[in-house]
Amino acid sequence: MKDLMDKIGFPRFIITVFLIGLILLAVFLKIPLPGLITDILVRFGMNAILVLAMVPAVQSGIGLNFNLPLGIVFGLIGALVSIEFKLAGFKGLLVSILIAVPLAAIAGYFYGKMLNKIKGQEMTVGTYIGFSVVSLMCIFWLVAPFKSPELIWAYGGNGLRVTVSLESSIGHILNNLWHFNIGKVVVPTGLLLFFALCAFIVWVYNKSKKGLSMRVAGSNEKFALSNGIDVDRERIIGTIISTVLAAIGIIVYSQAFGFLQLYNAPLYAAMPAVASILIGGASLHKAKIVHVIIGTLLFQSLLVVALPVINIISEGSMSEVIRTIISNGIILYALTRTGGEEA
Amino acid sequence: MIVPIIFLILGVVGFLFTGLPLKFLMDEMVIRLARNLVLVLSLIIPVITGMGLNFGIVLGAMAGQIALIIITNYSIGGGLGFLLSIIISTPIAILFGFLVGRVLNKAKGKEMITSMILGFFANGVYQLIFLVFAGSIIPIKNKSLLLSSGVGLKNTVDLAGITYSLDRLIPFGKYPIATLLVTLLLYLSVNYFLKTKLGQNMRAVGQDMHIAEVSGINVDKTRITAIIISTVLAAWGQIIFLQNIGTMNTYGSHEQVGLFAVASLLVGGATVDKASWKEALIGTFLFHFLFIVSPLAGQNLMNNAQIGEYFRVFVAYGVIGLALLLHAWEKDKSKTSLSDI
Amino acid sequence: MDLLQMKNITKLYTENRVLNQVSLSIKEGEIHGLVGENGAGKSTLMNILFGMPVIHSTGGFEGEMLFNGRSFLPKSPEEAMNLGIGMVHQEFMLIPGFTITENIKLNREKTKPTFVSKIFGERLEKLDLNAMAKDARKSLDKLNMSIDEYLPVAGLPVGYMQFIEIAREIDKSKLKLLILDEPTAVLAETEAAQFLDIINKLSEMGISILFISHRLDEIKKITDSITILRDGEVVKTIETSEISIADMAGLMVGRNIEMIRKKKNERNAGDEYILEIKDFKVNMPGERVKGLDLKVRKGEILGLGGLAGQGKIGIANGIMGLYETSGTIIKNGNKLPLNNPREILHSSIAFLSEDRRGVGLLLDDSIEFNIGFSSLEVQNKFLKKIGPLNLIDEKKIREYALKMIEELDIRCTGPKQHTRYLSGGNQQKVCIARALTLEPDLLLISEPTRGIDIGAKKLVLDTLVKLNKKLNMTVIITSSELGELRQVSDRIAIIYNGKVGGILPPDASDEQFGLLMAGESLDKVVN
Repeated sequence: MKDLMDKIGFPRFIITVFLIGLILLAVFLKIPLPGLITDILVRFGMNAILVLAMVPAVQSGIGLNFNLPLGIVFGLIGALVSIEFKLAGFKGLLVSILIAVPLAAIAGYFYGKMLNKIKGQEMTVGTYIGFSVVSLMCIFWLVAPFKSPELIWAYGGNGLRVTVSLESSIGHILNNLWHFNIGKVVVPTGLLLFFALCAFIVWVYNKSKKGLSMRVAGSNEKFALSNGIDVDRERIIGTIISTVLAAIGIIVYSQAFGFLQLYNAPLYAAMPAVASILIGGASLHKAKIVHVIIGTLLFQSLLVVALPVINIISEGSMSEVIRTIISNGIILYALTRTGGEEA
Repeated sequence: MIVPIIFLILGVVGFLFTGLPLKFLMDEMVIRLARNLVLVLSLIIPVITGMGLNFGIVLGAMAGQIALIIITNYSIGGGLGFLLSIIISTPIAILFGFLVGRVLNKAKGKEMITSMILGFFANGVYQLIFLVFAGSIIPIKNKSLLLSSGVGLKNTVDLAGITYSLDRLIPFGKYPIATLLVTLLLYLSVNYFLKTKLGQNMRAVGQDMHIAEVSGINVDKTRITAIIISTVLAAWGQIIFLQNIGTMNTYGSHEQVGLFAVASLLVGGATVDKASWKEALIGTFLFHFLFIVSPLAGQNLMNNAQIGEYFRVFVAYGVIGLALLLHAWEKDKSKTSLSDI
Repeated sequence: MDLLQMKNITKLYTENRVLNQVSLSIKEGEIHGLVGENGAGKSTLMNILFGMPVIHSTGGFEGEMLFNGRSFLPKSPEEAMNLGIGMVHQEFMLIPGFTITENIKLNREKTKPTFVSKIFGERLEKLDLNAMAKDARKSLDKLNMSIDEYLPVAGLPVGYMQFIEIAREIDKSKLKLLILDEPTAVLAETEAAQFLDIINKLSEMGISILFISHRLDEIKKITDSITILRDGEVVKTIETSEISIADMAGLMVGRNIEMIRKKKNERNAGDEYILEIKDFKVNMPGERVKGLDLKVRKGEILGLGGLAGQGKIGIANGIMGLYETSGTIIKNGNKLPLNNPREILHSSIAFLSEDRRGVGLLLDDSIEFNIGFSSLEVQNKFLKKIGPLNLIDEKKIREYALKMIEELDIRCTGPKQHTRYLSGGNQQKVCIARALTLEPDLLLISEPTRGIDIGAKKLVLDTLVKLNKKLNMTVIITSSELGELRQVSDRIAIIYNGKVGGILPPDASDEQFGLLMAGESLDKVVN
């Protein structure tokens, strides 16, 4: 028992046991499993790219990217612009991404430059830069010159709506691509494939010369320097990739969710993503794609299964509470480990 | 000194666009200073002990709110209710402070991000207790506190019983004379404290943990003590704050405490490793000055009050982000250069 | 009467015996010198005497100590301090933001009770700043220091800080024994002279002094008696008047090394220079190089020796460009760029850091990746092109790594094993393999055997000699262990104060090495 726990790590062990307990409880309470599995697949697909954004950040040495909102706001802008031009379907999705990516890359570049001046304090500063960006964008959403009736309030009022429906544009476009049923379980093929594509690109980059330089720069700065690697440049590249993935991630998330959430919604967006990759076995210094997959799957399963179970047992909006406790608990655990080794 | 000056200019310019009478502004400022100064004060000691901005004062605020929930549950109001809530909150805050201190000792060098996440985490536990356990596992006597389902506390708790119980203890129109006196007393106490042996130990630990250790100071214990004092002050500060507001947002009142208090202190010109009562006072004044002025200025300038509201939130986050950025920047600059050899 | 007696002190760090049956005694009011190379065991001995936690967390020590005739076993620095032992550390223990007074009275502040402290206890007594300043003034006056006791320490000249440290120690009313660890290292010459006067004065006041220094002339000038340590053992305890500086130097350095050196004619060092360094400065904290000139012959093994902090470590790091540098580096007639590690690697120079685990290895990556990465990064080896992508060729790396593992006899579970779990010797071999993959003609290697057990040391050194002979690779080896330099080098440059103090053949006498290391000039050494 102790060996098993050492091998898979204390947090993963606890969470897995908790999850199994919940599933058994769900079966006992006769909650239909196919529905749960469908939900898990969808939530995995919609969150995984945001979690994937942590990988290049950790690998390049800037640590967990608490400034995910920076990329997210540009993803939202991309989606808003494509709706403004009445684009829908795959064209809309593609245009959203094409607009979001260069903006996120530019923002990531400047953010990376800044992080190079504050090595060792990236997480604390990043969190508050993220908060600042979200609150600054709140003002932008109010004054942004969008005209489409989809985006602005129907009866006057200032600025963009708090939530923008994607029903007539890119809503569920990836989820419904090539989706099929296994029994009562719906598999959102397009969504999962899109994540697989992103993960594959990150994986190939990891195996390329450039990607290896970045990873080495992140895992041992002095070693990298003595091998002629420009560590600061690699850190900027990692920051850019992370920010771009965050932008794409929120577009994918929103199309699955069916709405764009503006204003304060992205404020805490980094926390669940950070928590997921830590649950998957990453540390402040090491992250791999497998950590993304395991972590997102465990974390999202837990939330999906917990919701109906708890709703039957007790009342109130428990899923949010559980998410807060688990995600911040795991981050806390990682921070208080000496040297920040594996969580 | 540049930061407070910028905020003063921002505030004054904004004020000119509001068209508010000066007297109204000053009255409002007196009230806001009285209800916020103790919360900001609670941040000073951890800064001096080298633990940075203690975002963990959120737990202190929770301790205060727990005490308020308890006295409301037993429908104890007035001066007695206020006093009782202070008494009840103290041991809870000491316990919370001890726990926060323990955790922060395990995360030396990462105190700020850790205390911040700890605040979020504690918030989750707090919600679990009062949203799920209250009324089911924890018996609640006063049913008006509960949601209609009988489980979980309502979103807002009416604190009518103790509203203004401190503010109007010494009657002088709407001016909170007693609160200001208590605040003054607490500021003097902290000032005294920093001149004691224990205070000196904290300054030593804050400057250099290693040297303090070698000199025989128990560093970990000193740090925990600093956080306990901070947490207790935050608990009292939150009670003072809420007796002025009169209603408690059960799940929200404490959340912004860390944010606004930290931003206030920084606006006053404090940094991550330097703060005193002066920065607390100046900062609280300037931050709330901007707080009052910005929505109205936004309304008058851009015809949109919301802009001003978002602007002040941005200022709060932005000033913290900027302060942390500048602090980390300073740290990064190397000391000797080649020409010194 | 002896104030302090340390009898048969033995201390092991895991398997490593750092002190062996060391005895030392100091009389009341005596100035006793403690001399030894780095790693001779001086600091460990002081840590034991001062009750540092590191001693007890590593299993304590054997032996007996008597202080003032009573058995003495300090478990913490506080305990030692309470008995009247003070220490001035090599690095300053002063808080920059505090005033001189606050530093002198740190954790011994004068307080006066107040109404509040009567309720809440004495920790809330108010500081009595006037009384504290008076105490500080008294101590400073004893040291003839006229400086204002209310000034903050930050910004004071280093010399002053040293005196403030001493003032703090003598402010302790019971001070009987003062330990000074390399106190004059940071002082200018005039300051040092003034400092020695004060030491004499303290000793006249009846305070015993334990003076640790490698400035042998100072030791000779000021101490009454001396203990010389070498390799964790006492080689001599003697009255200062009875020993010359040259003899001290000899005893400090001398070693019984089996000279397994090859005959001269087996060497292939020519007269051609492969590397010339001129007016070279390196800003490496703690190991600064201050305008050094050095020429390295093609095909030789050049040893760089000297005491810690004198700059020998800075040279290789500077050539690689890992710290800010100025000056000129010429290799095979071509001027090399400064502060550009990649260009240096392109110039057929390979570097193995003194900090093997910190700089030399990726501890959480496999052996094969460690071996292959440098040449993958710098020379584009081990890559395969797929379309526009340059991907790592794991098969090629595997083959190559297996070859190196066999050639260098790296003991491991396989090429996939992470280097963190290898022994020191095998880690060093992985580093060597990585360097060799770059096919350099000049190898810079620092502290090649630090933290490696005796058997493996020899293997590593043999490997270096083999590479030098077989591949005609020039090697610059930097080491704190003079013995190992003498074993493998053709010439040994002793670095002192950031410059070359002198260059000696490996068979020069112990005295000559000792004197050079202590900063005497070569002329004096040769005479």
